[in-house]
Amino acid sequence: MSKQAGILKVIHAVADLATDPAPDESLFGSGALDSFTLPDLVTGLEQEFRITIPDTDLVPERFDSVAKIEAYLDKRAG
Amino acid sequence: MPYLRSFGCALPAERVDNEALAARTGRDAAEIEEKTGIRERRYAAAGVTVADLGLAAASDCLANSGLSAQEVGLILFATGSGERCFPGPASELAARLGLTSTPAIDLPMASVGSLTGIALANDMAPRYGNVLVVASEIMSRRISDADPDTAILFGDGAGACLVSRESGFARIVDFALYTDGNSAGSLYLPSSGTLQMNGLAVIMHASRKLPRAIGDLLNKHGISPADVGVYLMHQANANLLRKVASTLKVPDERFFSNIECYGNTSSASLLIAAAEWRRADAKAIAGPIVLAAFGAGFHWGVLLAEQIA
Repeated sequence: MSKQAGILKVIHAVADLATDPAPDESLFGSGALDSFTLPDLVTGLEQEFRITIPDTDLVPERFDSVAKIEAYLDKRAG
Repeated sequence: MPYLRSFGCALPAERVDNEALAARTGRDAAEIEEKTGIRERRYAAAGVTVADLGLAAASDCLANSGLSAQEVGLILFATGSGERCFPGPASELAARLGLTSTPAIDLPMASVGSLTGIALANDMAPRYGNVLVVASEIMSRRISDADPDTAILFGDGAGACLVSRESGFARIVDFALYTDGNSAGSLYLPSSGTLQMNGLAVIMHASRKLPRAIGDLLNKHGISPADVGVYLMHQANANLLRKVASTLKVPDERFFSNIECYGNTSSASLLIAAAEWRRADAKAIAGPIVLAAFGAGFHWGVLLAEQIA
Protein backbone atom coordinates (compact mmCIF):
# COMPACT_ATOMS: atom_id res chain seq x y z
CA MET A 1 0.00 0.00 0.00
CA SER A 2 1.35 3.44 -0.91
CA LYS A 3 1.86 6.08 1.73
CA GLN A 4 -1.01 8.15 0.36
CA ALA A 5 -3.31 5.14 0.38
CA GLY A 6 -2.39 4.51 4.02
CA ILE A 7 -3.14 8.11 4.89
CA LEU A 8 -6.53 7.93 3.16
CA LYS A 9 -7.31 4.69 4.98
CA VAL A 10 -6.73 6.43 8.31
CA ILE A 11 -8.73 9.50 7.29
CA HIS A 12 -11.70 7.38 6.28
CA ALA A 13 -11.48 5.49 9.57
CA VAL A 14 -11.87 8.67 11.63
CA ALA A 15 -13.95 10.92 9.35
CA ASP A 16 -17.32 10.37 7.73
CA LEU A 17 -16.37 10.94 4.07
CA ALA A 18 -18.07 9.57 0.94
CA THR A 19 -15.06 10.21 -1.30
CA ASP A 20 -11.33 10.71 -0.98
CA PRO A 21 -10.30 14.29 -0.23
CA ALA A 22 -8.08 15.92 -2.83
CA PRO A 23 -4.39 15.93 -1.82
CA ASP A 24 -4.33 19.66 -1.10
CA GLU A 25 -7.87 19.95 0.26
CA SER A 26 -8.01 21.36 3.81
CA LEU A 27 -9.35 18.63 6.06
CA PHE A 28 -10.29 21.19 8.71
CA GLY A 29 -11.76 23.67 6.25
CA SER A 30 -13.93 21.01 4.61
CA GLY A 31 -15.16 19.76 7.97
CA ALA A 32 -13.65 16.30 7.46
CA LEU A 33 -11.67 16.74 10.67
CA ASP A 34 -12.41 18.68 13.82
CA SER A 35 -10.78 19.05 17.21
CA PHE A 36 -12.03 15.65 18.37
CA THR A 37 -11.26 13.60 15.27
CA LEU A 38 -7.78 15.11 14.89
CA PRO A 39 -6.37 13.19 17.89
CA ASP A 40 -7.86 10.00 16.42
CA LEU A 41 -6.18 10.76 13.10
CA VAL A 42 -2.80 11.16 14.83
CA THR A 43 -3.27 7.89 16.72
CA GLY A 44 -4.38 6.19 13.49
CA LEU A 45 -1.27 7.40 11.66
CA GLU A 46 0.93 6.09 14.48
CA GLN A 47 -0.69 2.67 14.19
CA GLU A 48 -0.81 2.55 10.38
CA PHE A 49 2.81 3.62 9.89
CA ARG A 50 4.15 2.10 13.13
CA ILE A 51 5.64 5.35 14.36
CA THR A 52 5.39 7.46 17.48
CA ILE A 53 4.48 11.08 16.83
CA PRO A 54 6.07 13.18 19.59
CA ASP A 55 4.09 15.88 21.34
CA THR A 56 6.40 18.50 19.86
CA ASP A 57 5.04 17.56 16.42
CA LEU A 58 1.40 18.00 17.47
CA VAL A 59 0.76 21.07 15.37
CA PRO A 60 -2.68 20.94 13.73
CA GLU A 61 -1.50 22.54 10.49
CA ARG A 62 0.79 19.54 9.88
CA PHE A 63 -2.27 17.34 9.49
CA ASP A 64 -4.52 19.67 7.49
CA SER A 65 -4.33 17.84 4.15
CA VAL A 66 -3.25 14.54 2.67
CA ALA A 67 -0.27 16.26 1.05
CA LYS A 68 0.83 17.86 4.34
CA ILE A 69 0.52 14.58 6.19
CA GLU A 70 2.54 12.84 3.50
CA ALA A 71 5.21 15.57 3.66
CA TYR A 72 5.39 15.16 7.42
CA LEU A 73 5.74 11.40 7.18
CA ASP A 74 8.40 11.78 4.45
CA LYS A 75 10.34 14.20 6.62
CA ARG A 76 10.25 11.79 9.53
CA ALA A 77 11.39 8.93 7.31
CA GLY A 78 14.18 11.05 5.87
CA MET B 1 0.23 13.10 53.48
CA PRO B 2 -2.45 15.78 54.05
CA TYR B 3 -6.16 15.37 53.46
CA LEU B 4 -8.93 16.78 51.32
CA ARG B 5 -11.28 18.06 54.01
CA SER B 6 -14.03 19.89 52.13
CA PHE B 7 -15.07 21.55 48.92
CA GLY B 8 -17.33 24.53 48.24
CA CYS B 9 -18.60 26.52 45.31
CA ALA B 10 -20.51 29.61 44.28
CA LEU B 11 -22.29 30.34 41.01
CA PRO B 12 -23.81 33.61 39.81
CA ALA B 13 -27.57 33.60 39.40
CA GLU B 14 -27.84 34.70 35.76
CA ARG B 15 -28.26 31.76 33.36
CA VAL B 16 -27.27 32.16 29.71
CA ASP B 17 -28.58 29.35 27.54
CA ASN B 18 -27.51 28.26 24.07
CA GLU B 19 -30.39 30.11 22.44
CA ALA B 20 -29.03 33.34 23.87
CA LEU B 21 -25.53 32.49 22.65
CA ALA B 22 -26.91 31.58 19.24
CA ALA B 23 -28.60 34.96 18.96
CA ARG B 24 -25.35 36.70 19.85
CA THR B 25 -22.88 34.65 17.82
CA GLY B 26 -24.87 33.24 14.91
CA ARG B 27 -24.10 29.68 15.98
CA ASP B 28 -26.83 27.05 16.06
CA ALA B 29 -28.02 26.32 19.61
CA ALA B 30 -28.31 22.56 19.07
CA GLU B 31 -24.87 22.44 17.50
CA ILE B 32 -23.36 24.23 20.51
CA GLU B 33 -24.69 21.49 22.78
CA GLU B 34 -23.60 18.73 20.40
CA LYS B 35 -20.03 20.01 20.10
CA THR B 36 -19.51 21.02 23.73
CA GLY B 37 -22.07 19.32 25.95
CA ILE B 38 -22.96 22.75 27.33
CA ARG B 39 -26.62 23.77 27.70
CA GLU B 40 -26.17 26.93 29.73
CA ARG B 41 -23.60 28.87 31.68
CA ARG B 42 -23.73 31.47 34.47
CA TYR B 43 -22.66 35.10 34.10
CA ALA B 44 -21.70 37.38 36.99
CA ALA B 45 -23.70 40.59 37.31
CA ALA B 46 -22.04 43.91 36.61
CA GLY B 47 -19.99 44.99 39.59
CA VAL B 48 -19.41 41.49 40.93
CA THR B 49 -15.69 40.73 41.20
CA VAL B 50 -13.54 37.61 41.13
CA ALA B 51 -12.92 38.15 44.85
CA ASP B 52 -16.70 38.35 45.51
CA LEU B 53 -17.28 34.94 43.95
CA GLY B 54 -14.16 33.57 45.61
CA LEU B 55 -15.38 34.72 49.01
CA ALA B 56 -18.73 33.00 48.51
CA ALA B 57 -17.03 29.73 47.51
CA ALA B 58 -14.53 30.00 50.38
CA SER B 59 -17.37 30.56 52.86
CA ASP B 60 -19.24 27.51 51.54
CA CYS B 61 -16.06 25.43 51.78
CA LEU B 62 -15.31 26.57 55.33
CA ALA B 63 -18.90 25.82 56.39
CA ASN B 64 -18.53 22.32 54.94
CA SER B 65 -15.21 21.85 56.75
CA GLY B 66 -16.48 22.79 60.19
CA LEU B 67 -13.55 25.17 60.53
CA SER B 68 -13.51 28.92 60.99
CA ALA B 69 -11.52 31.29 58.80
CA GLN B 70 -9.22 31.93 61.76
CA GLU B 71 -8.10 28.30 61.58
CA VAL B 72 -6.79 28.74 58.02
CA GLY B 73 -3.01 28.98 57.88
CA LEU B 74 -2.57 29.79 54.21
CA ILE B 75 -4.69 30.86 51.24
CA LEU B 76 -3.88 30.00 47.64
CA PHE B 77 -6.07 31.82 45.11
CA ALA B 78 -6.11 30.78 41.45
CA THR B 79 -7.55 32.99 38.75
CA GLY B 80 -6.78 33.95 35.19
CA SER B 81 -9.44 36.62 34.97
CA GLY B 82 -8.77 38.94 37.89
CA GLU B 83 -9.61 42.61 37.55
CA ARG B 84 -6.04 43.74 38.29
CA CYS B 85 -2.60 42.59 37.16
CA PHE B 86 -1.55 42.99 40.78
CA PRO B 87 -2.33 42.55 43.53
CA GLY B 88 -4.47 39.56 42.69
CA PRO B 89 -7.59 38.70 44.68
CA ALA B 90 -5.83 36.59 47.34
CA SER B 91 -5.07 39.47 49.70
CA GLU B 92 -8.58 40.92 49.34
CA LEU B 93 -10.11 37.53 50.08
CA ALA B 94 -7.97 37.15 53.19
CA ALA B 95 -9.01 40.58 54.43
CA ARG B 96 -12.69 39.85 53.82
CA LEU B 97 -12.33 36.62 55.79
CA GLY B 98 -10.99 38.72 58.66
CA LEU B 99 -7.40 37.55 58.24
CA THR B 100 -4.83 40.34 58.43
CA SER B 101 -1.56 38.43 58.76
CA THR B 102 -2.26 35.05 57.18
CA PRO B 103 -0.27 34.59 53.96
CA ALA B 104 -2.44 34.68 50.85
CA ILE B 105 -0.80 33.87 47.54
CA ASP B 106 -2.12 34.35 44.02
CA LEU B 107 -1.74 31.68 41.37
CA PRO B 108 -2.20 33.55 38.09
CA MET B 109 -3.04 30.43 36.16
CA ALA B 110 -6.11 29.48 34.20
CA SER B 111 -7.61 26.00 33.94
CA VAL B 112 -4.96 24.15 35.93
CA GLY B 113 -4.84 26.73 38.72
CA SER B 114 -6.99 24.87 41.22
CA LEU B 115 -5.23 21.53 40.70
CA THR B 116 -1.88 23.26 41.09
CA GLY B 117 -3.23 24.95 44.22
CA ILE B 118 -4.20 21.64 45.80
CA ALA B 119 -0.82 20.14 44.89
CA LEU B 120 1.01 23.08 46.47
CA ALA B 121 -1.34 22.96 49.46
CA ASN B 122 -0.44 19.31 49.95
CA ASP B 123 3.22 20.21 50.25
CA MET B 124 2.63 23.33 52.37
CA ALA B 125 0.03 21.92 54.78
CA PRO B 126 2.71 20.36 57.04
CA ARG B 127 3.91 23.93 57.73
CA TYR B 128 0.64 25.87 57.59
CA GLY B 129 -1.95 23.36 58.82
CA ASN B 130 -5.16 24.20 56.99
CA VAL B 131 -4.67 25.53 53.46
CA LEU B 132 -7.65 27.11 51.71
CA VAL B 133 -7.45 26.78 47.92
CA VAL B 134 -9.81 29.07 46.02
CA ALA B 135 -10.36 29.37 42.27
CA SER B 136 -12.62 32.05 40.85
CA GLU B 137 -13.23 33.26 37.33
CA ILE B 138 -15.35 35.80 35.50
CA MET B 139 -14.66 34.60 31.98
CA SER B 140 -17.74 36.26 30.50
CA ARG B 141 -15.83 39.56 30.50
CA ARG B 142 -12.87 37.97 28.68
CA ILE B 143 -14.64 36.63 25.61
CA SER B 144 -15.90 38.23 22.41
CA ASP B 145 -18.96 37.28 20.39
CA ALA B 146 -16.79 37.95 17.34
CA ASP B 147 -14.97 34.72 18.26
CA PRO B 148 -17.89 32.30 18.61
CA ASP B 149 -15.68 29.22 19.03
CA THR B 150 -14.53 30.66 22.34
CA ALA B 151 -17.59 32.66 23.37
CA ILE B 152 -19.87 29.61 23.47
CA LEU B 153 -17.66 27.75 25.94
CA PHE B 154 -17.10 29.93 28.96
CA GLY B 155 -18.98 30.85 32.10
CA ASP B 156 -18.36 32.34 35.53
CA GLY B 157 -18.08 30.72 38.93
CA ALA B 158 -15.87 29.87 41.87
CA GLY B 159 -14.81 26.82 43.83
CA ALA B 160 -12.78 26.11 46.92
CA CYS B 161 -11.03 23.23 48.66
CA LEU B 162 -9.73 22.93 52.20
CA VAL B 163 -6.55 20.87 52.44
CA SER B 164 -5.80 19.88 56.02
CA ARG B 165 -2.73 18.47 57.69
CA GLU B 166 -4.89 16.80 60.32
CA SER B 167 -8.00 15.18 58.87
CA GLY B 168 -10.41 14.93 55.98
CA PHE B 169 -12.60 12.62 53.95
CA ALA B 170 -9.75 11.58 51.63
CA ARG B 171 -5.99 11.34 52.00
CA ILE B 172 -3.87 12.78 49.23
CA VAL B 173 -1.66 9.99 47.93
CA ASP B 174 0.37 11.64 45.19
CA PHE B 175 0.27 14.12 42.35
CA ALA B 176 2.13 15.00 39.18
CA LEU B 177 2.33 18.42 37.51
CA TYR B 178 3.60 19.11 34.01
CA THR B 179 4.33 22.11 31.79
CA ASP B 180 5.21 22.41 28.11
CA GLY B 181 5.57 26.04 27.12
CA ASN B 182 6.00 25.34 23.42
CA SER B 183 2.26 25.84 22.99
CA ALA B 184 1.86 28.88 25.22
CA GLY B 185 0.53 30.79 22.22
CA SER B 186 -2.28 28.30 21.65
CA LEU B 187 -4.36 29.55 24.59
CA TYR B 188 -3.81 32.88 26.28
CA LEU B 189 -5.41 36.01 27.63
CA PRO B 190 -3.51 39.16 26.69
CA SER B 191 -3.15 41.93 29.27
CA SER B 192 -5.77 43.82 27.29
CA GLY B 193 -8.19 42.12 24.94
CA THR B 194 -10.07 38.86 24.92
CA LEU B 195 -9.23 35.19 25.24
CA GLN B 196 -7.34 33.72 22.29
CA MET B 197 -7.63 29.98 21.72
CA ASN B 198 -6.53 27.51 19.04
CA GLY B 199 -9.08 24.85 19.89
CA LEU B 200 -7.55 22.26 17.56
CA ALA B 201 -4.18 22.45 19.29
CA VAL B 202 -5.66 22.51 22.79
CA ILE B 203 -7.87 19.46 22.27
CA MET B 204 -5.17 17.55 20.39
CA HIS B 205 -2.66 18.00 23.21
CA ALA B 206 -5.18 17.51 26.02
CA SER B 207 -6.51 14.31 24.44
CA ARG B 208 -3.08 12.76 24.55
CA LYS B 209 -1.40 14.32 27.58
CA LEU B 210 -4.22 13.88 30.11
CA PRO B 211 -4.77 10.11 29.72
CA ARG B 212 -1.01 9.59 29.71
CA ALA B 213 -0.53 11.59 32.91
CA ILE B 214 -3.43 9.85 34.65
CA GLY B 215 -2.26 6.42 33.51
CA ASP B 216 1.32 7.06 34.63
CA LEU B 217 0.32 8.17 38.14
CA LEU B 218 -2.12 5.30 38.61
CA ASN B 219 0.41 2.80 37.29
CA LYS B 220 3.00 4.15 39.74
CA HIS B 221 0.64 3.19 42.56
CA GLY B 222 -0.50 -0.11 41.07
CA ILE B 223 -4.05 1.12 40.42
CA SER B 224 -6.00 0.31 37.27
CA PRO B 225 -8.00 3.17 35.71
CA ALA B 226 -11.08 0.97 36.06
CA ASP B 227 -10.57 0.79 39.84
CA VAL B 228 -10.88 4.55 40.32
CA GLY B 229 -14.13 5.52 42.02
CA VAL B 230 -14.53 8.93 40.42
CA TYR B 231 -12.64 11.18 38.05
CA LEU B 232 -13.04 14.88 38.85
CA MET B 233 -11.78 16.85 35.87
CA HIS B 234 -11.49 20.40 34.68
CA GLN B 235 -14.79 20.81 32.83
CA ALA B 236 -13.53 22.02 29.45
CA ASN B 237 -15.74 20.13 27.02
CA ALA B 238 -17.98 17.09 27.44
CA ASN B 239 -16.47 15.46 24.36
CA LEU B 240 -12.98 15.80 25.85
CA LEU B 241 -14.14 14.09 29.05
CA ARG B 242 -15.55 11.25 26.96
CA LYS B 243 -12.35 10.98 24.94
CA VAL B 244 -10.21 10.75 28.07
CA ALA B 245 -12.58 8.12 29.49
CA SER B 246 -12.44 6.17 26.26
CA THR B 247 -8.64 6.24 26.13
CA LEU B 248 -8.46 5.00 29.73
CA LYS B 249 -11.12 2.39 28.92
CA VAL B 250 -13.43 3.39 31.74
CA PRO B 251 -17.16 4.18 31.50
CA ASP B 252 -18.09 7.82 30.87
CA GLU B 253 -20.22 7.73 34.02
CA ARG B 254 -17.07 7.45 36.13
CA PHE B 255 -16.22 11.02 35.06
CA PHE B 256 -18.33 13.44 37.08
CA SER B 257 -19.63 16.15 34.80
CA ASN B 258 -21.62 19.33 35.33
CA ILE B 259 -20.42 21.15 32.25
CA GLU B 260 -23.94 21.18 30.80
CA CYS B 261 -24.97 23.60 33.57
CA TYR B 262 -21.95 25.90 33.83
CA GLY B 263 -19.78 25.61 30.72
CA ASN B 264 -16.04 26.02 31.11
CA THR B 265 -15.30 28.12 34.19
CA SER B 266 -11.53 27.76 33.78
CA SER B 267 -9.71 27.22 37.08
CA ALA B 268 -12.97 27.13 39.05
CA SER B 269 -14.52 24.24 37.13
CA LEU B 270 -12.61 21.42 38.82
CA LEU B 271 -13.58 22.63 42.30
CA ILE B 272 -17.20 23.36 41.34
CA ALA B 273 -17.42 19.80 40.01
CA ALA B 274 -15.76 18.43 43.14
CA ALA B 275 -18.13 20.37 45.41
CA GLU B 276 -21.21 19.15 43.54
CA TRP B 277 -19.93 15.57 43.45
CA ARG B 278 -19.26 15.62 47.18
CA ARG B 279 -22.66 17.14 47.89
CA ALA B 280 -24.57 14.77 45.64
CA ASP B 281 -23.37 11.22 45.91
CA ALA B 282 -19.88 11.02 47.31
CA LYS B 283 -20.78 8.49 49.98
CA ALA B 284 -22.15 6.15 47.33
CA ILE B 285 -18.82 5.97 45.52
CA ALA B 286 -15.98 3.84 46.80
CA GLY B 287 -12.43 3.71 45.52
CA PRO B 288 -9.72 6.22 44.78
CA ILE B 289 -10.41 9.76 43.58
CA VAL B 290 -8.54 11.25 40.63
CA LEU B 291 -8.45 15.00 40.00
CA ALA B 292 -7.02 16.15 36.67
CA ALA B 293 -6.80 19.30 34.58
CA PHE B 294 -5.28 20.64 31.39
CA GLY B 295 -5.04 24.21 30.23
CA ALA B 296 -3.16 27.30 29.14
CA GLY B 297 0.58 27.01 29.34
CA PHE B 298 0.25 24.23 28.47
CA HIS B 299 0.06 23.12 32.08
CA TRP B 300 -1.56 19.86 33.08
CA GLY B 301 -1.60 17.56 36.04
CA VAL B 302 -3.24 14.82 38.03
CA LEU B 303 -3.77 14.16 41.74
CA LEU B 304 -4.66 10.87 43.41
CA ALA B 305 -6.50 10.63 46.73
CA GLU B 306 -7.94 7.71 48.67
CA GLN B 307 -11.18 8.02 50.58
CA ILE B 308 -11.15 7.39 54.32
CA ALA B 309 -13.57 4.61 55.22
